Amino acid sequence: MIEARGLSKRFHDKKRGEIRAVDHVSFRCEPGRIYGLLGANGAGKTTTLRILATILEPSDGTALVCGHDVVEEPEKVRANVGFLSTATALYPRLTAQELVEYFGRLNGLDEATLKKRVDDIFSRLDMDGFRERRCDKLSTGMKQKTSIARTLVHDPPVMIFDEPTLGLDIMTARTITTFIRECRDRGKTVIFSTHIMSEVEKLCDVIGIIHDGKLLAEGTLAQLRERHGEQDLEELFVKVVSPLQSRVEV
Amino acid sequence: MNLNAVAIVYRKEFTEWVRDRRTLISTVLVPLLIFPVMIVGIIAVGSVMVGKAEKEIPTIMIVDAENSPDLVAKLEKLDEFKVVPYAPNYRDKISDREIRAAIEIPKDFQASLQSGSLQTVKVYFYDGELKSSLGANRLEKFLKEYREGIVKERLASKNLPASVLTPFDVKQENVAPPEKVSGATIGTFVGYMVIILSMTGAMYPAIDLTAGEKERGTIETVLSSPISRLDLVLGKFLLVFSASIVAAILSVTSMGISFALLGRAHLTDSNGQAMQLHLGLLSIVFVFLMALPLAFLFSALLMTIALFAKSYKEAQSYLTPITFVAVIPAIASVMPGVELTPKLALVPILNTSLLCKEIMTGTYHWGSIALIFASTCVYAGAALFLAFKTFQRESVLFRS
Repeated sequence: MIEARGLSKRFHDKKRGEIRAVDHVSFRCEPGRIYGLLGANGAGKTTTLRILATILEPSDGTALVCGHDVVEEPEKVRANVGFLSTATALYPRLTAQELVEYFGRLNGLDEATLKKRVDDIFSRLDMDGFRERRCDKLSTGMKQKTSIARTLVHDPPVMIFDEPTLGLDIMTARTITTFIRECRDRGKTVIFSTHIMSEVEKLCDVIGIIHDGKLLAEGTLAQLRERHGEQDLEELFVKVVSPLQSRVEV
Repeated sequence: MNLNAVAIVYRKEFTEWVRDRRTLISTVLVPLLIFPVMIVGIIAVGSVMVGKAEKEIPTIMIVDAENSPDLVAKLEKLDEFKVVPYAPNYRDKISDREIRAAIEIPKDFQASLQSGSLQTVKVYFYDGELKSSLGANRLEKFLKEYREGIVKERLASKNLPASVLTPFDVKQENVAPPEKVSGATIGTFVGYMVIILSMTGAMYPAIDLTAGEKERGTIETVLSSPISRLDLVLGKFLLVFSASIVAAILSVTSMGISFALLGRAHLTDSNGQAMQLHLGLLSIVFVFLMALPLAFLFSALLMTIALFAKSYKEAQSYLTPITFVAVIPAIASVMPGVELTPKLALVPILNTSLLCKEIMTGTYHWGSIALIFASTCVYAGAALFLAFKTFQRESVLFRS
């Protein structure tokens, strides 16, 4: 379970002054459901997810992840989270197995449990053929599988995906989307950010539209369509964000 | 602090470190090879060149030879010089290295020898050019002997003993043992080299573990794991520190072996005395011990600075000027006349470098040793605290 309560994040830029990357955002993600954070580039998706993963601290507000406060107990939050994004790269000089084991140990797994868990994940993701290969020698698909194995090794109840398919080819992207579905089916709480409409339609149980740091609309796809009188998600998205866009332009 | 987590990070960083060719070169190969290459190589090549220059019979020219047929005859008789016929452009010929030196005999030289009036014989040479200087030295030696011969003749003609001109002799007696003499000679740069190498040993791992991680995108991966930032910094720091210590150990070992081998080579110093390049084990151990807190300081400082960079290249451009800043006090310690004082004992790097110089000559001032060790430890602790604080700053970790 994730519960964001009035999350805000301000950055200071020498040229632009204070920037509100996230502005009083509140939402809930339930176990066994996928929450999709939909927004354009620079909307505040990554910052929100980084706060939930405790990589960044909120300027205001807070969030609870599995009952732990992101500000008060960041290490306990991270122990319950699997975080995957295109920015979470792999250590090039470690083998796939060494990398997954490293993160298993950082998550406090004992050696016996770790071995069992690694064997299980490598077999499930069909990774046995390259477990001894260094990460800098892996193909993009193999790297993505290794990243998935890294997030799964401590079997976290919450999964956070920040634009996980960005820049990937169709087959590798499919591996990721299949994995996200599997996480939901196993009862995990999943939050997922994207700007790709088709991914949202296919995967998300609840959608939050974020723009300029603010959460402008939230609901299931059906609820959003009904509320805004628009069937096409792209049109719906533009309709939600455009009034604000025009205000900004004025 | 969770020591187990620190150990996990350290073990992983160590695995990556030994697989990185760049860091292995700076931490292992350079410290291991620099002493044999520098000492055996440069000094040996230098002595070969000096030996070669000394063996050469200098070509000289006599200007106004007609002013002293006697001196010219004596000079031409010697095998030590090759006298070539006079040419008016003798200065250019020295510059062009066609001849090594020239001697100018003043007008009425022979007559003034009889009358006893003072005359000046000039020796032309090219300063800074080894073979020209050696040729000029030989000419001066010849002239000195010629002059002494004349003095002896004059004294004899007046039935006076030679002691009239030298009522007493002066002789210097060295009380320092030979290893201290060689220690003073080589100690000036040994501490300097150990300091520089422990810094370069730490430099590449410091970049790789901070800016390198940011560039590769792995910093976000590890920050999403439950490890605390303190444990992460400590694990990384210990690896950089290890690399620095390895570089220091290897450089000290390499230095010891190189000097042991050189001791057998019987090199001579500038006075022609055989240099005993033997370093005591105690000196080596102490140089290493004093380098430890400095390696600690370098590791923490380099890591902190490199963390500000977004990429490996950017970190290199930050650290290169820092290297120069660190090198200045180390070089200052090599300067003649710079001695360890209580004030200088508080200047980081310079203090350790000066102390190493003292240790190499077998001098142990325990008060200075304690003060320098303690002050460097304080600086090192402050640098580690700074590294930890920098790792907490989002604006540094996610600078874009």
